[in-house]
Amino acid sequence: MKHIINLEVANTIGVVARVTGMFTARGFNIESISAGRASMEDGSANVTLVVRGDDWVIEQVTKQLNKLIDVIRVSDVTESDFVGRELLLIKINCPPAKRTEVSMITNIFRAKVVDISNRSMTFELTGIDAKITAFIETLRPYGIKEISRSGTIAMVRDSQYKS
Amino acid sequence: MTGAELIINGLQKEGVRAVFGYPGGAVLDIFDRLYEARVPFYLTRHEQGAAHAADGYARVSGEVGVCLATSGPGATNLATGLATASMDSIPLVAITGQVATHLIGNDAFQEVDIIGISRSITKHNFLVRDVNELGKVFRSAFYIARSGRPGPVLIDVPKDVQQAKTQLPYPGDVNIPGYKPTIKGHSQQMRKVAGLIAHAQRPVIFAGGGVISSGASDELMQLSEKIQAPVTTSLMGLGAFPEVHPLALKMLGMHGTEYANYAIQEADLLIAIGARFDDRVTGKVDKFAPKAQIIHIDIDPTSIRKNVEVTAPLVGDVRNVLIDLLKEVKPMRHDAWLEQIDDWKSKHPLRYQQNHHISPGQIIEQVANLTKHQAIIATEVGQHQMWTAQLYNFLTPRSFLSSGGLGTMGYGFPAAIGAQVAQPDRTVVLIAGDGSIQMNIQELATVATYQLPLKIIIVNNQSLGMVRQWQAIFYNRRFSNTCLRRRSDCPKECDGDQNGCPKYIPDFCQLAEAYGIPGLRGDKPEQVRPTLEKALTTSGPVLVEFIIDAEENVFPMVPAGAAIDQMIRGMA
Ligand SMILES: Cc1ncc(C[n+]2csc(CCOP(=O)(O)OP(=O)(O)O)c2C)c(N)n1
Repeated sequence: MKHIINLEVANTIGVVARVTGMFTARGFNIESISAGRASMEDGSANVTLVVRGDDWVIEQVTKQLNKLIDVIRVSDVTESDFVGRELLLIKINCPPAKRTEVSMITNIFRAKVVDISNRSMTFELTGIDAKITAFIETLRPYGIKEISRSGTIAMVRDSQYKS
Repeated sequence: MTGAELIINGLQKEGVRAVFGYPGGAVLDIFDRLYEARVPFYLTRHEQGAAHAADGYARVSGEVGVCLATSGPGATNLATGLATASMDSIPLVAITGQVATHLIGNDAFQEVDIIGISRSITKHNFLVRDVNELGKVFRSAFYIARSGRPGPVLIDVPKDVQQAKTQLPYPGDVNIPGYKPTIKGHSQQMRKVAGLIAHAQRPVIFAGGGVISSGASDELMQLSEKIQAPVTTSLMGLGAFPEVHPLALKMLGMHGTEYANYAIQEADLLIAIGARFDDRVTGKVDKFAPKAQIIHIDIDPTSIRKNVEVTAPLVGDVRNVLIDLLKEVKPMRHDAWLEQIDDWKSKHPLRYQQNHHISPGQIIEQVANLTKHQAIIATEVGQHQMWTAQLYNFLTPRSFLSSGGLGTMGYGFPAAIGAQVAQPDRTVVLIAGDGSIQMNIQELATVATYQLPLKIIIVNNQSLGMVRQWQAIFYNRRFSNTCLRRRSDCPKECDGDQNGCPKYIPDFCQLAEAYGIPGLRGDKPEQVRPTLEKALTTSGPVLVEFIIDAEENVFPMVPAGAAIDQMIRGMA
């Protein structure tokens, strides 16, 4: 099963290498990883990992991550009610004649146009990974020139509602 | 204070009594400070020797071992030592010089990314880019190395950081937010564990190196006697429980005793303490302890359920946990079970054959008798290591030094040097194979220059015996490249015993003499005792070589991938 694991890490040189190095050294796979600086004052950073594995794998991964000295907190948010989001930038072949048709599709997904040229259009989309994948597949017939996909980041909800 | 001065200051503040190392360009400033410092420094003849010596020092003393090497090749030469210490959870601090910060990444002279290289073979490592961080890093490194599950920590210090000045004094306590080892066992789990023990009829305790590193031998003995549970140990656990005790099962696993392995397979409760269920212990893992519920006490949560499924995990410092557990358990008797075990012991004792050659068992037993089981024994890796583990009968913790996890040939000799430095008044004996000793033979110079009264015993079978044993049993006696006397014109099918072989290659006695160390040799059974007596009563270092037959093998033996009660008994 797919798990989303949030890490709070010390913002030290090479901390991401420590995290990914643990995965290679122990033979586990990372589906996606995204990292960024989280807090200005104490110099910590956050890393979100998407990891696929059975219970044994996830237990070991969580423990091994905890064991890394530069990892301050490990939380597997999969079982909680969480917001998970990915960011996509996608550039497709799109001559001027096709712009209207393409826009109709991208509107359905509420994607934003971020660039437009004589031959192409570039869109930005955020959402859960299923939505991102569906969007990519819908655009595929036009010819995809370039894709950049961020990997999931996640946060647990405090409220009871779901969006 | 300069960075280099701060390092010396830190060594003193951390109570370091010995540093092992080797100089070079990137650590000149530290060495300059060592010139007048009161921290004793031991110059080995190879950085690998320094790392293993620091490790041996740590295993014997329980303190953090410290080694120091220059950048580039000095640092890479430490790698095997770090990995060895890491696998066996030995507290080390390794200090490496690094090229100046502005040169890092330029492929500067003697630059390597030792932080990248050592990441997976250390508990943690640090690159110090600012002299104001150095004190904190140093303090943290020692704390991380010795606390929790101990391990090696590397500190990489660029040359300009060693030269830069700082106003900050050496810190007292440090706070490392991501590092809080669990020391005390969970009380609810503790009661669950006590409940399992109360219901057990055929309990066995399996003690590992964690018992030794947490100093829990007394508590282990109390538990074993209180609940009448026999104790078997891993290689790393040897000495945690006196092997002559009526409840001792000695070592289990691949070359363990038959009765230990049978006891494991019949047990209804296995209490694993400070052990990690290495594959050399479990054999085929799904056939390991098939009838037992398993209690696993360990300080490292990642050890739990890594290799075997457990009924009741208990995370905490072993000694701490055992003290609490002893209050929870009631005295028990398991007469029928102990009778069964005694029956196995008398039917399947460890034994060895005596013929007209010196037998390796005879050597180990004589060393044990003459040292009254009280010496510190270091081994290399191979058959001699297993014979020693089987037959010495260790009585006290921190008296057996061997590379268990990594199986590093070349470990034993420098480790014995470190042990002798830690305990100048105890008898330290190295039992080595003729293959392994050559991996760090240059350390004869270290022994000679510091006049360490080490006794080096080479069990010489003219071959890489342990590999040869596998070739003999599983590879149809095709002895590919395990004969240490083999020359380019030897016939392919030679099994290592032909006329015209060079008698000695090298002549270890002459080699020792070249370093000013007396060398003794024996090749007949009746020579073993007098030769050992002579060596052990000589005041300085001595090298002894015993010639044994290459056909000697280690039994019993569990073939790789078999269940641990499927043992090959051998010829004996
Ligand atoms: C550094 C290293 N290289 C290779 C091995 C594989 N190996 C394990 S035991 C052994 C033979 C050891 O020979 P020797 O030291 O003579 O001891 P013996 O088995 O003959 O007692 C070898 C090559 C190892 N453990 N370590």
